[in-house]
Amino acid sequence: MSKAKENKDRKIKVLVSKVGLDGHDRGAKVICSLLKEAGMEVVYLGMYQMPKDVIDAAIDEDADVIGPSFLSGEHLVYTPLLVEEMKKAGLDDVLLIAGGVIPAEDIPTLKEMGVKEVFTAGSLTEPIIKYIRNNVRR
Amino acid sequence: MSALSVEQWAQKVKENDRKAAAKLISAIERKEKIARDILKQLFVPVGKTTVLGVTGSAGAGKSCLVSCLISAFRKRGKTVAVIAVDPSSPFTGGAFLGDRLRMQVHGRDKGVYIRSMASRGYLGGLARGTVDAMRVMEAMGHDIVIVETVGTGQDEIDVARLVQTCILVLTPTMGDDIQAMKAGIMEVAQIAILNKADMPGKEKAILDLEVALRMRPTAADGWSVPVVPTVATTEEGIDEVVGHIENHQAHIRQGDGMKKFAFQKAEKEGSVLIKDEIERVIFDHIRGTGLRRKYLEKIVAGEIDPYTAVEEVMSLFIKKSAKGV
Repeated sequence: MSKAKENKDRKIKVLVSKVGLDGHDRGAKVICSLLKEAGMEVVYLGMYQMPKDVIDAAIDEDADVIGPSFLSGEHLVYTPLLVEEMKKAGLDDVLLIAGGVIPAEDIPTLKEMGVKEVFTAGSLTEPIIKYIRNNVRR
Repeated sequence: MSALSVEQWAQKVKENDRKAAAKLISAIERKEKIARDILKQLFVPVGKTTVLGVTGSAGAGKSCLVSCLISAFRKRGKTVAVIAVDPSSPFTGGAFLGDRLRMQVHGRDKGVYIRSMASRGYLGGLARGTVDAMRVMEAMGHDIVIVETVGTGQDEIDVARLVQTCILVLTPTMGDDIQAMKAGIMEVAQIAILNKADMPGKEKAILDLEVALRMRPTAADGWSVPVVPTVATTEEGIDEVVGHIENHQAHIRQGDGMKKFAFQKAEKEGSVLIKDEIERVIFDHIRGTGLRRKYLEKIVAGEIDPYTAVEEVMSLFIKKSAKGV
């Protein structure tokens, strides 16, 4: 198979999920739709997921991107757990990005913890898609 | 995984390494050559695995039912793998894969492996790599493999040729007795489920189904299709469904039933593989030649009709291959 054909077939698979006791998933669903429109394959895990469930699903689905969505203010609690599970599973080449209602002052902390980029409420579609395309494993 | 040899990768899959299996299914979806080489090593003509299909229209409750079936089989000590297919957009190529969400209660169970697949333009209710992914899950050693189809509707019948027991999921809103009498999907199931049986119209729908099923000549193998009412959200009727699955499995495992099934599956798989291969070879031949564009423009300009265009492309291809180019 030619290289060009292979790259064309290289679909980006994104795993979107709510984490913890957080039932507000409108934003997560909007993101799922937008990424689908951008030609990506999006698995939505739903609400009330624990970090280990998310990472186990990412292994089985061979996800390229893991995107937890937070609205409950628990992002600083669950992010280290997600990163730890990712390390345990050896998902070093998987892109972890977070989204939701996250105070600006927490973003540097999240990045130190291992989140590669944070998209808060009000983010525009194009930058999110561009970021994923430019930073996903190939 | 790409650092592994074909043999090492195949071995990891056989040892039920989830990551190796997941990476292999991705390579299958991308049609990578290494995937085919590994699949050659995983091939088993007639395996021990029970292979089930779950089909029916969108929103009938297929994913919820599959989740119930997983629970029921796990209680009986069996390991289960699921392929859940959802549609790809024909416009953007993207997909929203929402089946796993209904099955996520099994997320932590190491005896359950779930993989979502986008159909990627493959018609017939399955994804391009479904058969190959089934083979991967069999090689992992799962007792039961369940394939959940896209849910497009009336002629989603490919799955019937590839699974041992095909389960059709309908609801009380499926339509009248005329719908139940139509050809296609109604003919391929070994078990019919009327899900959402807590909704109005249950009795009429069951009657319509039973009458339509009885009007057909008995299946060549003597199996008669049961109609089971279920409510997937409360697991009502699930044990009865599992009982029918076990009965059907015992039924097809009599005599040379499994051999017949293997023959039917090989026939279907062979024709799909040959079509794919012919398409690939032909498109590889004309790629970069500008031929495709040239013919498309001629067709639009009315200089040639599409039938003659295809004949010309084919004869060019045959001449080229005869010369060994």
